[in-house]
Amino acid sequence: MALLEIRDLSVSVEEKEILSHIDLTVGQGETHVLMGPNGAGKSTLGYTLMGHPGYEQTGGTITFDGEDLSGLSADKRAKAGLFLSFQNPIEVPGVSLSGFIRNALHERTGQPVKLFSFQKKLAAAMEMLSMDPAYADRDLNVGFSGGEKKKAEILQMLLLQPKLAILDETDSGLDVDAVRTVSQGVQAYQESKDGALLIITHSTRILEALQVDQVHVLVKGKIVKTGDASLIEEINKNGFEAYV
Amino acid sequence: MSEKQQVNDIDRSLYDFKDDESGGDFYRIEEGLTEEIVLQVSEEKKDPDWMRDFRLRCLDIYNRTPMVPWGPSIDGLDMGRIATYVRHKGEMKTDWEDVPEDIKNTFERLGIPQAERESLAGVGAQYDSELVYHNVREEVAAAGVVYTDLESALRGEFADMIREHFMHLVPPTDHKFAALHGAVWSGGSFVYVPRGVKVDIPLQSYFRLNAKGAGQFEHTLIIVDEGADLHFIEGCSAPKYNVANLHAGCVELYVKRGARLRYSTIENWSKNMYNLNTKRALIEEDGVMEWVSGSFGSAVSFLYPSTILKGNRSRMEYTGITFAGEGQNLDTGAKVVMQGQDTSCVISSKSISKSGGIGTYRSSVIIGKDAHRAKASISCDSLMLDSESRADTIPAMEILTDDADVGHEARIGRISDDAIFYLMSRGIAEADARAMIVSGFADSVSKELPLEYAVEMNNLIKLEMTGG
Repeated sequence: MALLEIRDLSVSVEEKEILSHIDLTVGQGETHVLMGPNGAGKSTLGYTLMGHPGYEQTGGTITFDGEDLSGLSADKRAKAGLFLSFQNPIEVPGVSLSGFIRNALHERTGQPVKLFSFQKKLAAAMEMLSMDPAYADRDLNVGFSGGEKKKAEILQMLLLQPKLAILDETDSGLDVDAVRTVSQGVQAYQESKDGALLIITHSTRILEALQVDQVHVLVKGKIVKTGDASLIEEINKNGFEAYV
Repeated sequence: MSEKQQVNDIDRSLYDFKDDESGGDFYRIEEGLTEEIVLQVSEEKKDPDWMRDFRLRCLDIYNRTPMVPWGPSIDGLDMGRIATYVRHKGEMKTDWEDVPEDIKNTFERLGIPQAERESLAGVGAQYDSELVYHNVREEVAAAGVVYTDLESALRGEFADMIREHFMHLVPPTDHKFAALHGAVWSGGSFVYVPRGVKVDIPLQSYFRLNAKGAGQFEHTLIIVDEGADLHFIEGCSAPKYNVANLHAGCVELYVKRGARLRYSTIENWSKNMYNLNTKRALIEEDGVMEWVSGSFGSAVSFLYPSTILKGNRSRMEYTGITFAGEGQNLDTGAKVVMQGQDTSCVISSKSISKSGGIGTYRSSVIIGKDAHRAKASISCDSLMLDSESRADTIPAMEILTDDADVGHEARIGRISDDAIFYLMSRGIAEADARAMIVSGFADSVSKELPLEYAVEMNNLIKLEMTGG
């Protein structure tokens, strides 16, 4: 059984249809890439999968891990094993990064989180992402640079260990070194628990070091092409013009 | 029996339980305010003559003083229906075991004796109009620190000191409820910290108003002598009745040269309380005053801790938070009068309003003509949790020098849907996500509180957020 099955999905935002008749299947541990020009509806798919109340599912079904997601709120989807790395992570004053992850982990697993082993894992993951350990005690995303915010998203993904992580433009606004670091984090996630990925991007930099199973091209709310990793190469060369 | 130490405990019954007052164990004065009643209180209290005369003078001032023309309405308060004095028939105890059973249960449920054992240098517990328990650690007493009920102090070796300071900082002519306080005050604490003594763990007073339709008028007088250091905490709570209760306490703080006083309050009066409290501090040269204030309860609050920075280089910091829920109109803030040179103040105020609650920040900063190089920094943040609620900011400033450095910023905001979604996307339920954002907003204040109070404040926020 596939991990994520999207069948004939249509989505509207404020009564305007953004996605129409999307079909997409992601298997356990697979890495899929969703590419497309700006405004194609890529982020809409990410928000819809995560259950943002502003995105109305007007048709079709989303099945995750055997469960129909329609009508489930974002927290329930997270508990089911979905994760969304935000393009613009929100700043939350007064809530520390480490305290927040610990809290989320508790919600995700339903088990008490042992402080000592959590701190060890947190420190290890932060080191892998070249994050200053002092960030653990800082308020969530408050005053973080663009790159630090993205790293903090990947950090959350590594500790929460979702079954499927959606990365929404995680590489945008990062310099070359930061892209490499983030990419290492994503690789570690792929390897650790057979984590599946849906990577939303309009560039290809983050993909260079990753094993990719399938690539989908989204244009004007429709998936116009699906292929293997070689599609990335082609788009790199020719852009989206052929699909627009 | 529930205890407040549990972090997850959001049981409103924790504060709402009430003791039966109908048995023969309570003495309750007739409702209303007349010369006869004031004399009766005075007699109950075995006042010295000067105090009895003072009370009568205050009553006269009260009768002649109009209500302030600004702020929330207090029309629901009828002084003719407030009993100004209620006490349990029994003497104040210094051994916890001797406190009457029902009262002891009340404070045990509020976690007071436990807090004393764990983290306090001394405790006073007031129940209705009188202190029922008072104790101070031996080593603190041995250092010469005096912490006692005000009535004993009036008759003991500090009698002259009390007379010199009592309602000198807050004179009865200050406003109508200061006069009322002077007429019927009862209970409260006197603290004296001798020169150079640094009390490194806090002293605490807990005020509990159990009686229905009654008033609490405790007086707190603290003198921190030169170079000394003290942290004093007050906690307040009351069960809910369907008639109005009144709290018109008075706090007078004297911080001498080079001394430091931190005064922390967590106030959780019930939602039928009119909280018309007056707090004022006088700071001498190089003295430091720190206010930490959390206001959660009451129907109406007028509360503006004020500080007179009299001495050169004296400083003041105020950190406060107000949470106004359904049916609450909380008018809070701070006042500072800067007189000395090179004085400074930092006011940081937060307010949260929800379900139609009204939170008003009101402040006054006065920089006198001799207060050269004064520095003042004021910031207030308001968070409105829905569109029915209201937040207002009314800062006033009067600057009579030309070399003052004054900064003011105000922000009013709402919880964004995107922030809620972000937290929910990590597995946190919507109500918890809201509570998390609100607690985070309040975090700069909880950080200033001792741990068990920070926990209590977070519990109160959770309680308010879940509409318990």
